[in-house]
Formats: sequence, structure tokens, C-alpha cells
Amino acid sequence: MRWMLKKDLLILARSRVLVAVLVLYPVAVALLIGLAISRAPSKPKVAIVNLAPSSATVELGGTRLNVAHYYSQLLGQVQPVPAATRAEAVQAVKSGKALAAIVIPANIASRLSSVISQAHVEVIYNGNALEQSFVHSTIESSLARANLELSNEIRRVAAQVIGALVRGGNLGVAGAPQNLPGLGEIPHILRGIIARHPHESDRAQLERLAEFTEFAAQNLGLSRKVLSTVSQPIQIDATNLQGGRTPLDAYAVVVAVSISLMFVCVLLAAGGIALEREEHTLARLVRSSPNPSAASSSTASGRGGAALITREALIAQKLLLAGGCALVVAFAMLAGIGAFVGLEWGRVGLWLAALALGGLAFAALGVAIGALAREVRAASLLSFLLSLPLAFLALVPAGAVASGLYDAIRAISFVFPYKATLEALDAAVNRSSPGLAISLVHLLGLTALFAALARLGLRRLD
Amino acid sequence: MLAVHGVTKRYGEREALRGVSFQAGAGEMVAVIGPNGAGKTTLLSILAGVQPPTAGDVSLPPGGVGWVPQQPALYSRLSVAENLELFARLERAGGRLGPSPPGAHPGPVEAVAAMLEQTGLQERAGERVERLSGGNRQRVNIAIGLLSEPTVLVLDEPSSSLDPRQRERLWRFICALSQRGRCVVFSTHNVAEAERYAQRLVVLADGELLFNGSPDEFARAATRESSSHPGFEGAFVEFLRERGH
Repeated sequence: MRWMLKKDLLILARSRVLVAVLVLYPVAVALLIGLAISRAPSKPKVAIVNLAPSSATVELGGTRLNVAHYYSQLLGQVQPVPAATRAEAVQAVKSGKALAAIVIPANIASRLSSVISQAHVEVIYNGNALEQSFVHSTIESSLARANLELSNEIRRVAAQVIGALVRGGNLGVAGAPQNLPGLGEIPHILRGIIARHPHESDRAQLERLAEFTEFAAQNLGLSRKVLSTVSQPIQIDATNLQGGRTPLDAYAVVVAVSISLMFVCVLLAAGGIALEREEHTLARLVRSSPNPSAASSSTASGRGGAALITREALIAQKLLLAGGCALVVAFAMLAGIGAFVGLEWGRVGLWLAALALGGLAFAALGVAIGALAREVRAASLLSFLLSLPLAFLALVPAGAVASGLYDAIRAISFVFPYKATLEALDAAVNRSSPGLAISLVHLLGLTALFAALARLGLRRLD
Repeated sequence: MLAVHGVTKRYGEREALRGVSFQAGAGEMVAVIGPNGAGKTTLLSILAGVQPPTAGDVSLPPGGVGWVPQQPALYSRLSVAENLELFARLERAGGRLGPSPPGAHPGPVEAVAAMLEQTGLQERAGERVERLSGGNRQRVNIAIGLLSEPTVLVLDEPSSSLDPRQRERLWRFICALSQRGRCVVFSTHNVAEAERYAQRLVVLADGELLFNGSPDEFARAATRESSSHPGFEGAFVEFLRERGH
């Protein structure tokens, strides 16, 4: 086997363009995918027309809220394109300078202050469905945040007023009398008056008033909590069942490295085995022939002669070659990225285990592809056509597609090595779930499966 | 003695060879001829151990079979010497090439040197195979088949892609191998080559053995059935036509 390995390495060394493509292409693809995953989407360009005066304030229960505060929050979520009027904003959207426009009306502050009527903001869209969807969700989320902040403010002011009503004192509302008695005090005051006025008719009336104010004071005390619930009915309490949540940039590293590993392994293994067919050497290598040391003649039905290399050894040799080369490339890539992203170097042994077994499984897939192809170009094309979509399928998150389709994607991803390699590497690098051992066993199973398929494919020698 | 007994090969329903039998001795050159699809390559690949027969058997003399496929089975990015050395080392690892004590089989390095000398490729030893002419590639192809010093050499259409001058040189080389005691079995479409170089003709058509004997015997058999005297190739065509092929 070592002579075949030496031969393949010599051929690789003489195919510098191929080696360069094999290394550079997957690294470039992996980096692009990594960047795409790790970077948040860029902010959409939105023309914003603020017709409200810069000093406009919303007054709620004596508290003044500056409209400019919410306006600047909105600006932070988008790339603002300045527009002075609605017509200018519409023109910016039409010309493609902006994907959408937001028109903040002049009366927004007074509408908000009125509390009894909603304030309206106009949003104007253009562009294709994808762009519209992107800008729509950005604006919706910005406005939702602004709405939430306003409703929190309203709740806070309302709670203040309710508190003052129950406790008494100054309400803080313009025009309200000073030093009012609180609802909580009134039953006590009324019962004092009742004690000093024994008339039956007045007493019954005053008793009713005392009961009402007592009831109102108790229930208004509860209404603060009710207001909190109404303003934010659902609050998130995050719990992660297994391990820590992988940061997006660390996950992107794992995706990038596993894609590089996949390309180098699958292409090298598929090309290596297809080269034996293309050069017509496969039959010469694996044919069995009588051993010269045999004392007498042998027959075709009972030949004892060994092949130059058995099909199984040939498959193992290609696995070692592709897996070994890919391990070097992928580890160098991981180590290089590790210089920029915080990775746990103490787990380097686990990284290598994940890369080695992932490499073997990918190489087995490559050998199976190469065993089907008659030439290197066909094997390379098949490798690309098969592995690229499989990698993307494995990255589809649960819930992103219909459940039936996701089940199909899971089943496909299970029988190809990309997802298992990604999980193994993620577990090795980022301590994510499922555990590394499960993924490694999965990869060993896939290696055996594809090696067996390759063995079947190599029954044909021409 | 090479002996083929009732060799049959089936691919599913199709019968590529039907009970083919013949024998050949040391130093004998056997030409396997026949029209396209006759089963020539199938028969030779069974002799070489590339595939097993469905029925029948092949008895081989000690020393094994050297296999020279129709397409040169070489690594084009390796040099002539690197190709020879690789296969010599694999032959040795597979037990076909022994160590090199005096009088025994040579080791890989000696085997490569001997083959380069025999094939006259010493000056091209360092040249990559992809840069060689068709004739020289075929010589390297044959040299690899000879590395284990087999007693039987099986060549599948060895001269098919060569120009006349290269063909002449190649046949001189193959005849010299035969004269040194090797049994050479080759297939060819060139009936004149078969007549000229072979001592035995094995004529196949549709997997069936139609003739097994010397070229002279074949010429007599073919012309006996023909009213005209069309020459050897014409007689061959007539012979096949008479038998419905």
C-alpha cells in the first residue's frame, strides 16, 4: 500500500494546479460561507422623513418623552437616506436609492399624547419580494421595539398615577388638586365620620361608600401587575438543555472547516480512484494471478495468486490519502482561524479526532463516487453535484421548512457524512450537543457503508 | 503448458464465450482472431485473471501470466522508470517478484534495469509517459507485463494503435520473447499479422471456437471451402461467412 500512496503523492505533487484548486477552492467557499453565516445581514437603506418638529414631546401623566429619542432608535436599525418631504422619499424608493421609506407625521406627538387615539407612521415599499421581505421585517421589528418602549412608558406613568390615587398626595397631572387623600385612607376617614353621625340613613350611605373605596383601593393596587402583564404578556426565560449555546462566529468556523474537509476529501478520493480507471491500471492492479512460487499449475477456478493490491486495500489506500491530506488542510485552516477566533486549544486532540473520522467518512463517499465514474472529470463533477447540496441541506435549521420536508432533509443528512462531521467538529470545538462520541460512531458507520458501496462499484474493472 | 478447457463466460443472459478449449506450449505464439464481439478480449482477460470464467478452467504453467491490456495501463504523470519501479515493487510485495540472490528472480531495481534494456527504453527512462509516442507507451506497457518474468504473456491487440514502423519493432520484440521460451497469446484484428507471427490460430466468433490450429492448416481449411483464391485475409472472411458470421 505504501508504494501506491507514494505514487499518488508523486502524481499530486506533479499536478500543482490541481492541488492549488483542491486547497484554494474549498478554502474560498468555506470562508465565504463562514462569513455569510457569521455576519449579521447589512442594514437596509430606508428613506426617513421626519415631519415632526425636533422638539416634539409626548406628555404622559406629567412625564415628557422626546420623539427624537425613538427616531434615533429607528435610525440605528437602518441605513437612513435623508429625505425632507414625502415626495422626495417616494422618489428615493422609486429610483432604488432606498428599499423603503418611513414617513413620521407632524402630529405624531399629539396623537401619542392623546392616549385615546393611535399614532400612524407611513411605510412605502419597493423592490423585489426578497428585498421587501428583508426591509419589511427590519422596519416591523424597529417599530415593535418603539411600540414596546412606549407602552412600557405608558405603563410606568399609569402605575405612578394609580399609586398616587391609592396612596394620595400629588398626582403629578396638570390641573389636579394638590395633596389629595388616597383611596386607601378614605374608608378610615369615612368610618370616623360614620361614628360621629349616627343617622341611620346617612350611615348606610357612608358604609356603602367606605366599602367601595376599600374595594377600589385593594383592586387598584393589583392593577399595576395587570398593566405589566398586558404590556409584555410573554417574557423569555432562556434554558439550554445540553451544553452551552455555540456563538455564531465559532459555529461559522466549524461550518467553514467542515466544508473544506468535505471538498478536499471527496474530490481527492473520487479523483484518485477514478484515475486508476482512466489510466486503465485498475485491472492490472487488482487482477489475481498464479504465484510463481507455486510448485505446479493452477486453475482459473482455484487460483491462489494474489492481486498486486486487493480492491479492499486500494480503497483503504485512497481513504488514507484523501483523509490524510484533508486532515492537514482542515487542521491548518482551523488553527489559522483559531488565531482570530477564541478556540479552546486544550481540546485539540478532540478536534483531530473529529477531523480524522470526518475525513475518513468523506473519503469513503469520494471513493464510492469515484468507483462509479470512468474518468477523473466525471468523478469531480459528480462530487461537486452531490456534496454541495448535501452540505447546504445539513445547514437547514429545524422549523425553517415544512415538517415533512425537514424530516426528509434529516434522513438525507443522516446518511451522508456532512451533518455528522459538522456535529462532531462542533462538539469537539464548541462543546455543543449531541456529544462527540455519538457523532464519531455515526461517522465510522458511514465510512463502513460507503467503503462497502465503493467495493461493489469496483467489481467492474473497465 | 497453457491449457484452456471448456471455458464459458456469461454476462446475465448473454454468452460471451461458449466452451472454448485450446492448448499452447512454451515458446509458442498463439493469435486469437475473430470479428468484433467474438469474445477475444473476454478470453484473454480470463487467461490473465482479470475475471473468472463462468465454467471451465485454465491451467497455467508455473511462472504465472503477464498481462498487457489493449490500452496502455500506465500512470501518465510518472516517468517510464517510475512506472516500472512501482509495478516491480507491487509485484514483489505481492510475492510475484522474489528477492535477488544470484540465479533467482531479480529485485525491483534490477527488474526495472533489465526491462529498460530489453525494451530499449534506457534513454527514455526519466521521461514522463504522457510525453511518449504510442509505440513507446506500448513498449512500457509490455515491459510492465514482463516484470514478473512470466512464462505466459497475454497481449490484447498490442499493435492496434501503432504505425507500421512501430508495429514492426514491436513484433520483433515480441518474437524475441517467444524465442526465449515464453508462450505468447495475443489477440489482433490484423489477420496478416496473425498469419505472419503466430504458430497457432484460435478463431472465435460470437463466443464460439471455430478453429484451433496452425496458420497453414487454417489457410488450407479456408481455401478448400472457397472457389476463388482471395489470399489469407479474404479466406478468413470467407471462412467466417461460410459459418454464418
